[in-house]
Amino acid sequence: MEYFLQQTLSGLANGAIYACVALAVVMIYQAIDHFNFAQGEMAMFSTFIAWQMMQWGMPFWLVFPVCVVISFAGGVVIERVIFGPIHNAPVLSHVIVFIALFSIFNSLAGFIWEFTIKPFPSPFPEKDVLGTNLIAMHELGMIGITLVMLVMIYLFFRFTPIGLAMRAAAANPVSARLVGISVKWMLSLGWGLAAAIGAVAGMLIAPMVYLEPNMMLGILLYGFAGAVVGGLTSPGGAVAGGFLVGVAENLAGAYVIGSELKLTFALVLIVGVLLLRPAGLFGRVVVNRV
Amino acid sequence: MAFLEVKGLEAFYGHTQALHGLDFELEEGGITTILGANGAGKTTTLRSICGMVRNNGSITFDGNSLIGKATENIVRLGIAHVPEGRGTFVRITTEENLRLGAYTIKGAKNIADAMDRVYNYFPRLKERRNQQAGTLSGGEQQMLAVGRALMLRPRLMLLDEPSFGLAPLIVKELFEILRSINNDEKVSMLLVEQNATLALNLADHAYLLETGRVVMSGTSEDISSDEAVRQSYLGY
Repeated sequence: MEYFLQQTLSGLANGAIYACVALAVVMIYQAIDHFNFAQGEMAMFSTFIAWQMMQWGMPFWLVFPVCVVISFAGGVVIERVIFGPIHNAPVLSHVIVFIALFSIFNSLAGFIWEFTIKPFPSPFPEKDVLGTNLIAMHELGMIGITLVMLVMIYLFFRFTPIGLAMRAAAANPVSARLVGISVKWMLSLGWGLAAAIGAVAGMLIAPMVYLEPNMMLGILLYGFAGAVVGGLTSPGGAVAGGFLVGVAENLAGAYVIGSELKLTFALVLIVGVLLLRPAGLFGRVVVNRV
Repeated sequence: MAFLEVKGLEAFYGHTQALHGLDFELEEGGITTILGANGAGKTTTLRSICGMVRNNGSITFDGNSLIGKATENIVRLGIAHVPEGRGTFVRITTEENLRLGAYTIKGAKNIADAMDRVYNYFPRLKERRNQQAGTLSGGEQQMLAVGRALMLRPRLMLLDEPSFGLAPLIVKELFEILRSINNDEKVSMLLVEQNATLALNLADHAYLLETGRVVMSGTSEDISSDEAVRQSYLGY
């Protein structure tokens, strides 16, 4: 029983990682209707920027907001400079650019900071939670921050005019412009938010997996799986999906398939959900009058 | 100078030219209608004013040139476009649709006032305020489109076939409301319609379009009493 509990909790901790990434994936997907394959590499790059600032002697809780702001600006710039001009290009062109960005960020990080792994400090103290060693303080903190981020995103989209405008711009750009919304700035904002969320995810993940240019490779797949399982139209669903994937993967790894097939498990999950329930567990099936 | 003045307007879809040097104008506070058959360029004319198609020539609204301006900036001058197909944001509620209409309006009080005014004209929308807008009936969605346009406190409203696909009774109701909006809110209107009888009843001036050119213009009475118009467009 204790083994089961431990596996579940450590699954939740992994799930928090996936949930963070899934959240960033859904943010972009909401804004541009595409999966951003470079999402993970962008997050990794942000994390390196944070690491660099800490190397220069800045404390974690100062680095954290600064890195989020820098990443936000970076996301906006990427949209403005690269995706703005190809906005009307076919999907395949977008995919190619995503892959290019992926490889650019990956190599650039390796070029600047080298491919050797680096420890990344956790902002949380290293002590047992409530006298047990079932879950680490960092993991708990990470779950907390993910949930706080989710609530903030929910409030933003639900209750602010800009949030509503972003949803409108994504759903019906022509009508959005006719009520005075600048659709291109909404897109940039979406990229900025996704990059900022990615940065948070990266800084929380790095203490668990060590910092190196390839740290997000597997994680992004799980993040995609979480987003697909939860439903690409629902930030809350993506987070739930991330946790679900984390726990399921860990339990399956412990009891059924062993650790070698864990990544395969994520892919099987993606394919399975897309086959059986394309909208995901929590995704909204849109009702239209015809 | 007229409130809205269009001179030598040409518009293009790719290599196809849809408007061939259109001239017309609209007086402040008035309702002008553009009539014509399918493909005459009525919708294109409205889309040109809003910067939604590639165009040449001159469009002046209250002294501002609109040529080359982005749609969202034209809207901010006080031009509300009720588009063909109603442009409903289907996934969000009726009230959120109206809220979007007030995107350019500052101040919670102003927005609440605008919302009250819209609900006053369209009580049905108030009943449906929390319903997903895509599930509204066609008539309700047309009302929502007009309501959304009204939310931005426009000085000029562009109406693209508001009667399209609606039952006659609903159309009658809608056009009465349009008339009172024009009266009470001092909103000038440019109305595009296939239903010429309806349009000439509401409008004070009319232009007749054929294949991207104005072929006739005048007051609604003059146009209605014209023999050729009566036979081709009014059907008696």
